[in-house]
Amino acid sequence: MQTQKEIEFKTFLENESFVLEINGILDINSTPRIWQETNKVLHENKFKKLIIEAKGIHDCEGVGIALLFHFKKIARGLEVPIEIRNLEKKFEDLLNFFTHENEVKALVNFQDTWTTPEKIGYKTILIWEETKFIINFIGECSVLLFNSFRNPRKIKWFEVIKVAEHAGVNALSIIVLIGFLLGLIMSFQSAIPMQRFGAEIFVANLVSMSLFRELGPLMTAVIIAGRTASSFAAELGTMKVSEEIDAITTMGLSPLRFLVIPRLIAGIIISPLLTVFFNLAGLLGSAVVMMSFQYPFITFVNQVLSAVKNVDMLGGLFKATVFGGVISAIGCFHGLNTSTGASSVGESTTKSVVNGIISIAILDGFFSVLFYYLGV
Amino acid sequence: MQIESKKPIIEVKHFTAVMGGEMIIDNISFEVNAGEIFVILGGSGCGKSTLLKHMIGLVEPAAGDIEIEGENIATASEEKKKEIQKRIGVMYQQGALFGSLNLIENVSLPLQEFTTFSPEAIHLIAHMKLQMVGLDKYARHMPSEISGGMKKRAAIARAMALDPKILFLDEPSAGLDPITSAELDHLIKRLSRNFNITFVVVTHELESIYSIADRVIMLDKRVKKIVASGNPAYLRDNSDNPWVRQFFKREINSV
Repeated sequence: MQTQKEIEFKTFLENESFVLEINGILDINSTPRIWQETNKVLHENKFKKLIIEAKGIHDCEGVGIALLFHFKKIARGLEVPIEIRNLEKKFEDLLNFFTHENEVKALVNFQDTWTTPEKIGYKTILIWEETKFIINFIGECSVLLFNSFRNPRKIKWFEVIKVAEHAGVNALSIIVLIGFLLGLIMSFQSAIPMQRFGAEIFVANLVSMSLFRELGPLMTAVIIAGRTASSFAAELGTMKVSEEIDAITTMGLSPLRFLVIPRLIAGIIISPLLTVFFNLAGLLGSAVVMMSFQYPFITFVNQVLSAVKNVDMLGGLFKATVFGGVISAIGCFHGLNTSTGASSVGESTTKSVVNGIISIAILDGFFSVLFYYLGV
Repeated sequence: MQIESKKPIIEVKHFTAVMGGEMIIDNISFEVNAGEIFVILGGSGCGKSTLLKHMIGLVEPAAGDIEIEGENIATASEEKKKEIQKRIGVMYQQGALFGSLNLIENVSLPLQEFTTFSPEAIHLIAHMKLQMVGLDKYARHMPSEISGGMKKRAAIARAMALDPKILFLDEPSAGLDPITSAELDHLIKRLSRNFNITFVVVTHELESIYSIADRVIMLDKRVKKIVASGNPAYLRDNSDNPWVRQFFKREINSV
C-alpha cells in the first residue's frame, strides 16, 4: 500500500518573479523532504516577487497547507509579494482559513508576566496557605485520633485491618531480610577489629544496643516510609484527582475521619510490631556471625540479655510508634494535598517519602536529646 | 447526500466481542465509507466503546475481521498494527492529553516521533492544527489549565497531527454545554468537508447525531446486534423497530 508518492518541484524566473512549481501530492510522507529543499532554495535566492505555481498539486493534506502557509510566511519575512496560482478551490479555502498573517502570539501563562515582588508575594502566600493546611491537618488529626481512642467503636476497624495487613504483614519479608542482613553485616564488620583485643563477645552488646535503641526503629521507619507512606500518598492522590475525595466531602463525611484516621491507626500499630521483628532478625544475623567465631548460641543470648535493659527496648518501641504515626500522617497529607493530573500524583508520592525520611531523622535527634535528659 | 465515493474505508466482518467472559457483541458486520461521518449509537452498556477499542486495535476481537483501508487490524502483527495506527487518529473520552506537556507540545509529539520535519516546521504545523480547533491562543497552556471542551478540541488537534484519513471520536460531546457541543459538531463537519477525513463517532447525544451523522448504526445490548442502520432522521420516523423510534424520540420504557 505504502507507495512512495512522486513529488517534485522546479524553479524558474518569469518577468523578474521567482516561480516555484510543485507537482505531485503533498502528504505527510512527501512534505518533509520538499519542505527542507524549498526552504533552502528560497533562502539562497534573491527575488522581487514569489509565485507558487500550484497547478500540479493533485492532493494536499494538512501538512501541505502548512507548507503553503510557510511560503506566505517567508514572503512576508522578506517583504516581497507572493502569489499562489492555480491552487484548487478547496485547498485555497483551507489556506485562507489561516489568515492570521501576524501569527497570533500565544497567550502567555499569566504567571509568566509577573515581576519579582509579585512572584515573591505569591510564593509567600502559597507557603502560608500550606502552613495553615498543615496546622489544620495536624490539629484535626489529633482531635479525631483522641476521640477515636475514647470511643473505639467509631473507628473503622475493617479498614484499619485491611491497611495493616497490606502495610504490615505483607512488609514482614522485607523487614526480616533487611534486619537479618544488617545484624549480620554489623557484627561481621565490628568483630574483626574487636578480635584484635579479644573482645569479640562485646559485639553482642554493640549490635543489640544499637538495634534496640536506634537502628531498629529508624530502619523500620525508613522502610515504612518507602513502602507505605508512598502508597498512601499515591492512593489518596489518585482519589483526589478523580474527585473521590470531593465525593466523600459532599456526602457530609470527613475525608480525614474516613480515610486518614484508619491509616494513622494502622501505621501506629504496625510500626512497633515490625520493629520487634526487625530487632529479632538483626539479633539472629548477629548470632550467626558469633557462632561462626566459635561462641555457643547460649553465650550470645546471655550477653544480649545482660546488655539490653527493658527500658532500652521500650524506648525504642515508643520511638517506633511515634514514627509510624508521623509517617502515615505525612503520606496521607501529601495524598490529600495533590493538585490535578497524573504528574502531581507522582510529585506527592516523592514528597511523602522524602519528607517522611527527613522528619524521621529530625524526630530521632529530638528523641536522643530527650532520652539523654530523662536518663533513659 | 454529498458523498460521491462509495468505497468503504473500514470494513467490519462477522465481528464478535467478548469482555470478561461475557459476549458483548454477537457477529455484526458493517462498513464505513470514505469521507462520511459515521456514528455508532446505542444505549449505555451496549458495547459502543468496546467496538471502538477493537476498531483502533487496542483489543483483539474474539472472532471476525476489521479491515482499515484494506488491511486487517484484527490479525495484524504488532508492527503492522502500529503502522496502521499511525494512519488513524483517536480522541479519547477524557481527552487523554499528556498532563506534563502544554498544548502545542502535545500536538507536536507525534510529528517529532514519526516525521522528519524540522523543529520550525513542526511548530508551524502544530500551531495550524491548534488554529483549526480554535485553540492557537492557548498553545502554551497546560491541559490542567483549560476547560473540558477545550481539552476535547485539543485532543482532536493532536489526533489530527499526522493527517490521518480516519478519526475516531469517543463521546466528543459528552459533558459539554450545548453551545460548546454545537461548536464541536460544527468543527467535525468542517474538518470532514474540508479535509475529507472519515469520522467514526461514538455518541448518544441526539442533537449532535442529527447535525453531524451521515449514517448511523445502532447497537442493542439485548440482542447484541445492530438493530438499525441508515440516516438518523429517517430512522426516527420510519424504523419498524419500536425501540429505535423510542431511542430517537427520547421516550421512556414504561408506556
